[in-house]
Amino acid sequence: MEADTMNVVAPIEIAQPREAPRSASDLEIVFETRGLTVSYGKAPAVSDVDLSIYRNLVTAIIGPSGCGKSTFLRSLNRMNDLVPSAKVEGEVLYHGQNIYGDGVDPVEVRRRIGMVFQKPNPFPKSIYDNVAWGLRVLGMKDDLDSRVERALTQAALWDEVKDRLKKSAFGLSGGQQQRLCIARAIAVEPDVVLLDEPASALDPIATSKIEDLMHELKNEYTLVIVTHNMQQAARVADMTAFFSISRGEEGERWGELIEYDETEKIFTTPSANPTEDYVTGRFG
Amino acid sequence: MAVDAGRYSLTLSRRTRRRKGVNVLMQALATLAALAAVAVLALVIISVARRGASALSWDFFTKNAATFGQSGGGVANALVGSLVIVGLATAMAVPVGILIALYVSEFAPPRVGDLVRLVLDVLNGLPSIIIGIFVYGLLVIGSGQAAWKGSFALAIIMLPLVARATQEVLALVPSTLREGALALGASRWRTVLGVVLPTSFGGIITGTVLAVARAAGETAPLLFTTSIAANAVTWDPRQPVLSIPYDIFVLSESPDPADHARAWALGFVLICFVLVTSLSARLLLVRYRKRLEG
Repeated sequence: MEADTMNVVAPIEIAQPREAPRSASDLEIVFETRGLTVSYGKAPAVSDVDLSIYRNLVTAIIGPSGCGKSTFLRSLNRMNDLVPSAKVEGEVLYHGQNIYGDGVDPVEVRRRIGMVFQKPNPFPKSIYDNVAWGLRVLGMKDDLDSRVERALTQAALWDEVKDRLKKSAFGLSGGQQQRLCIARAIAVEPDVVLLDEPASALDPIATSKIEDLMHELKNEYTLVIVTHNMQQAARVADMTAFFSISRGEEGERWGELIEYDETEKIFTTPSANPTEDYVTGRFG
Repeated sequence: MAVDAGRYSLTLSRRTRRRKGVNVLMQALATLAALAAVAVLALVIISVARRGASALSWDFFTKNAATFGQSGGGVANALVGSLVIVGLATAMAVPVGILIALYVSEFAPPRVGDLVRLVLDVLNGLPSIIIGIFVYGLLVIGSGQAAWKGSFALAIIMLPLVARATQEVLALVPSTLREGALALGASRWRTVLGVVLPTSFGGIITGTVLAVARAAGETAPLLFTTSIAANAVTWDPRQPVLSIPYDIFVLSESPDPADHARAWALGFVLICFVLVTSLSARLLLVRYRKRLEG
């Protein structure tokens, strides 16, 4: 029996023990997108996405390059606003209110929905000030020291940096810098943390530290992670959304949500063919 | 068929020899032209230093010009005057220049930003005498000369230099840093103040120092705005004051050969100031770039 499976595509290991999947109806919905389309100029990067993201779960977004997964993620905290040509249609409901609605302040959106980026981007400041800056800006100045310590501890970085808090953050390794960026993001106590391929620039050891961290953090936060690494999605995510590229008659391409389900289901018994092709490594 | 011996020959034929000759000639001409630039700078500095050296003394720096008919005296009032004019001009140009740069790189729509950049380049190319006349017509006619009016004219010259230099370093600040700050829920302005500006501080200093060096040597904008000055040290910007470049002109027009030497000496002082400030600015920029990229 074992020999048989060895010859077929090796099954993707879903290693981390998780609590039994709760049924979706028990879970509180944090995000609900309705017909979300994001275009750069005239070309849609991702089209007509309906997706619900649940509280205190890790939701992974996987798919081939160019399927719009990063664009989708960045539309959840209005980071696309920074791209002048970006246009958003449809709705992104955050606890029921459309974050693109009238009177919604993008700054307030981002304060509740933090983000960690592909490449570690610490500020050119000391390790301490990297974490403290956001707190100061948002007026969370009471007990600054203990807030900084708590964030660094939560990001599993405190022990490594506690003796050099005043040193430049640029002196840290790539993995440490990325955990510092996570500490910086969670220090301001957001509700959701979006992670855009947070480990793609890191070595395997640093990557596994970030993954361990995500298991810890989901108790307090809702996490959404974009990754091009399927094993990573399988290891960390409770729910997985698979995006793919669709092609029109005139050669135009756009990203689409193909399938969204519990991670285990996506990786073992996906209901759509493209998903199966992708997770078994036949394309992408 | 016999092997064609010439086909794989590695020695030079007549034609290739000529090509090689042209190559050597052009390379030599280009090298000479580059050397000429260095030589001109060296000659200027050496000749100015040699002719001015005899006039350099303690009195030269501490005394005012001698009254008419007497010998001796120095250029103290011109030195203080330049300090006042350029200092005030810097205080006017730097904040506005930085704000313009911030507008262009952080806030303006791309097209408007390009337009402002073009306007700054045109302003930078404006002859300084035109700026002098403009300020004369705007501020001097009817109310007379004053040091601050000269500063205003110099500030117009410094403005595009500061703004362009700052804008160029702002463009070097990685956009991921801005995103990192904005993703924390910081406003655009807080992001600029807390992350973008501190990151580009070294470059802004460099731009400012280069603009100061340029302004310190400008004569034309001061002709109409602050040239008829009393022969006394004044720190009051409401009075017209003498300046280094204008004093060089006045001294060189004097019939007294000792004044000519003083003009050379003052020229030497100005050159030294400009050289030291420009070189230290470049050094600073190199160190800062390394820090930002490393």
